[in-house]
Order: sequence, then structure tokens, then C-alpha cells
Amino acid sequence: MRRVGDAHVYGDDVDTDRIIAGKYTKTLDRSVLAAHVLEDLDPTFRQRLVEGDILFGGHNFGCGSSREQAAIALSSAGVGAVVAKSFARIFFRNAINIGLPVVVAPDLEAETGDTLEVDLGTGEVRNLTRRTTHAVSALPPVMRAILRAGGLVPYMRRTGGYPELPSEDSA
Amino acid sequence: MTGQTIAEKILSAKAGRRVYAGEVVVASVDGCMASDTTAPLAIEAFEAMGGTLPFDPSRTFLAIDHASPAPNERIAALHRGMRQFAERTGCVLFDAGEGIAHQLLVERGHVTPGQLFIGADSHTCTYGAVTAFATGVGSTDLGAVMFTGKIWLRAPQTLRVILEGRLDPTVSAKDLTLALVGQVGLAGATYCAVQIEGETLADLTLSDRMTLANMAVEMGAKTALIVPDHLPVPEGIDTASLYPDPGAVYAKTLRIDARSVRQKVSLPHAPDRVVAIEEVVGTPITYAFVGTCVNGRLADLREAARILRGRHIAPGVRLLIAPASREVFLHALENGAVRTLTEAGATFLPAGCGPCVGTHLGVPGDDETVVSTGNRNFRGRMGNPRANVYLGSAATVAAAALEGRIVDPAPYLAEALS
Repeated sequence: MRRVGDAHVYGDDVDTDRIIAGKYTKTLDRSVLAAHVLEDLDPTFRQRLVEGDILFGGHNFGCGSSREQAAIALSSAGVGAVVAKSFARIFFRNAINIGLPVVVAPDLEAETGDTLEVDLGTGEVRNLTRRTTHAVSALPPVMRAILRAGGLVPYMRRTGGYPELPSEDSA
Repeated sequence: MTGQTIAEKILSAKAGRRVYAGEVVVASVDGCMASDTTAPLAIEAFEAMGGTLPFDPSRTFLAIDHASPAPNERIAALHRGMRQFAERTGCVLFDAGEGIAHQLLVERGHVTPGQLFIGADSHTCTYGAVTAFATGVGSTDLGAVMFTGKIWLRAPQTLRVILEGRLDPTVSAKDLTLALVGQVGLAGATYCAVQIEGETLADLTLSDRMTLANMAVEMGAKTALIVPDHLPVPEGIDTASLYPDPGAVYAKTLRIDARSVRQKVSLPHAPDRVVAIEEVVGTPITYAFVGTCVNGRLADLREAARILRGRHIAPGVRLLIAPASREVFLHALENGAVRTLTEAGATFLPAGCGPCVGTHLGVPGDDETVVSTGNRNFRGRMGNPRANVYLGSAATVAAAALEGRIVDPAPYLAEALS
């Protein structure tokens, strides 16, 4: 899986309240979530976002509320992948579960407007503007399988449950 | 054989093999919950997976607590969908007005020590107060739990917290909790279980322990596990499984001297921006709130009532109170706290999450300063990104409401306790 897009760079501790405010979460309409994504953090984000762009956060991206609407809002608005120095655990699971690629790249340096390439096949993220390449932390096999299936719903439709985990998981 | 932490013991029992931190397991779940923020998406995911009946309807809990009663037709439609799903499948529904799911699940004994409980709400970690491995997930994960009765988890490393000494009688469990969150930081326990033990537990009631466990997620933790010291363990539960082995391996051990903990507050806009109350004494406030899954219990209402008995809140201040459950409200009615607080100028809201999550009633105005007993004060959390929210104990909130500015509540409490 490969994603190329322009970077939108934010700092540490971007919480899910700021990704999508609680007042907008009570809906099943993805377009409502997409319309208000990152509204309180960066009011211009929605207008500047081009389909496939990549979010680059600092440490602890997605902390706070478990609301999956945060990952859905980013994905529905057209964000192609989220790269961060580190993630809060619930957001990380949620993103994989809805098929939004999330990548931990502690060494990546980028500014808003740089073009990034995320390559989950090679396990690398590249800053094409600065011509740098960085290794990303590998996902556990169960997460790779879920992401490959396109999310946890298609994964469950296919498997009907969690199969025995690959042996490298139980090592 | 290497000793195990409590988290490793519970996950071993639920996975059917001996596991240690770092291993990925598929574990059997004893119960699951979702709220009106997360259940509609979870039900949608569950049905899209091909689900018709949850793995165990009697252990699947749906709570209408975040925006309850419904403030508009859009949310009313989501609530209606939850009621219809519960009716059709036999899931347990906590309807509007019953209270906050986390309070109800513990209060009614649905969660017991040694269980693995998965909730589509980050504050599911509250049940660590009864030594259950309880963790928050998103809606699709919850849909998969409903579908399979299982979840995949990486067995967490453990941050061991040892509480030493006794708390001063004017210091609340919330002050101790904020001291811990301030020290560990917003991401300091990411992916970890926070295991809490020590002599301070002798004074900490179930309510206090729920406060302590609740904010583990404000340190990034996967779960909190408080040893059952000084609390009764239900018959038939193997107590040894609720304590760590002597040789257990910890990522880190932190000792907190409870004797030295004094009143604390979190500054806007992050719960780990914790300072001693002296640093903000005098900050004017116009809005005070007592409630939520961290501090909306009987003990909190009593603490506020002790300070406000025979007094009235300052002009220009409003004090809103949302009991954590109907049961809490009833007890507060019986012991007179409701009357004391209402006479002091407080407004009671329906049992539930209240204004904490900014979805309906009690949204602060622009530039307003709020002091709240809640667990989060991220920008916009209470529905207005231009408001400032300080977090503290019920005593801190009541004293601030009384004076119209943040003050140290200790003298008021000392007077009431003497």
C-alpha cells in the first residue's frame, strides 16, 4: 500500500476533541464529520486539504476520547494517511479498523507543503521534497491483516472471527 | 517461571495460555459497553460484519448517557435506534436519566474483579477500581467484540504505582489523581497498564478508587488495575489472581507520597497541566460544574454540600450538578445534599455525562472560565473552543462557586469536618 500527498504538519498531543468536536460526533453521516474535521485546531485545514494529503503529527497523536469519528472524519475528508512521531493507542486501532493507514515515524522531519510518500510495503516514509527516507515502526501481523483487508468490517466478513494468530505474534 | 503482573494474569486467564507483556493475544471478553456517542457506529459495524445477535446479549450494555435526554431530532433518532436494537437483541439498555454507564456498571455489580471488559468509551478504565482489566476501544472494535465475544490485545507493560502514607482529610482522591496525572503526563503511560497498590488504599473507598482509575487514560494507559486491598472481593473469585506475583516485571515503578499531596488543579487546555492550587488562587470563574464519571458520585455531592451548607454561591456564578446515576441522586436526596446544594443556588441536571462533552446542555460562553470536576479540559471539550476549563475536586469546585474565584477549599473542609 502506497500513499503520496502533501503534508499538513501539527504538534504534539492533538486530541480527538480537536480532530472532531463532541458536538458533531452524534451522527452516522460521514459528510458532517468531514465538514468539521480539525475545525478548532486549524480552521483553514478543510479548505486547503486536497484528496490524498497526509497529516503529520507530533507525539501522542489522537489522545483522549475513544471516538472513532475522529479517524472517520479524517478519512472521509480525504486524508490519505496519518504519520506521527507516536500515537495514542485507541486512535491508532480505530484508524486501522476503518482502513486509514497510520504510520509511526519518529525520525521524520517535514513542513506543511512538503510532499510525503508512505510505503507500507517497504515499511518506509519518504519526504520527496527533502529527499529523505525514514524507517517506520512495523505493525503487528494482526493489524497488517486488518489493514490489508480494508478494515475490520471486511476482515470480519471474510474470516467470521479472529483466526489463530500467525506464529510470529505469539513468539 | 517468571512472575506476572495483574494485567498479565487476567489476560492469561482470558487467552487460555500464560502470557507476558508484549505478546499479542486473542482473549475472551466478559462484557462490553457502548454509549450514545459510540453505539450507533458500533451497531452499524456489527451488522455490516454479518452480526444479528451479540455474543452474549446479557453482557452487552448500551448506555444513553452522553447527550441525554436527546437535545434534537438527529440525536433522538440515534437514541431510538439504540432502543430498537436493545429491544430486538435483548441487550441491556441504560436509558436516558439512569446515569453514566461507568457508574451503573460498577454500582449494579455488572463488572467484577478479574474480568476482561471492553468499552467503546475511553473511560472504561474506571473499572480497574474493582480490579477488572477494562479498556476503551472505538466503535468498530466494539462491533467486533459484539460479533465474536473476543478481542485481540497486546499484553501491556505495567507501570507500578505505590501509594505511600495517608491522605490529609482535607485532600480528595481527585487531588491524588491529578498529582499522579501531572507526574506521569498525558502520554507517560501509553500502552501500559497502571497497577496501583500501597498503604494509602486503606483510606480509599470504591468511589475514590473509581476516581483514581478513571483518569488512567489521561496518562495514555490501556487500563488501570487497583489491588483489592481493604475492599470485599465477591465470593468465588480467586483473590490471588487479583494481586501481582512477587517476581513480576515492571516497565517502571513510581512511588507517590500521599502525605505530601495537597489540593491540585489542571490548567486549560490539558489534564496533565497540573499545578498546586496556590498558583491559581484568585482566578475569577463564572461557571462551576460537579459531575461526570470521575467525580459525580455521592461522596462528591456531599463534599460540595459540606462547603456550601448554609451559604450561597457568589453573584454571577452558576453551579451545575449532574449526578453520576439516579441512585446517586436518590442517596443525595435522602441525606439532604440535594436540598443543601439547591438552597445554595445549584441547578441539578439529569443523571448522565452532563456538560462534560459539550454536546448539549451547559455549554460555556466565549471567554468564560469554568471550574469542573471532569477529567478532560481539551480546547472545545465543553462545546466552546473559546472557553477555559480548570479541573479539580468537588471541594475545589464548590469553594470556587462560593467565592466566584478559585480558592483553596482546605479551610472550608477543615471547618466542616471539625
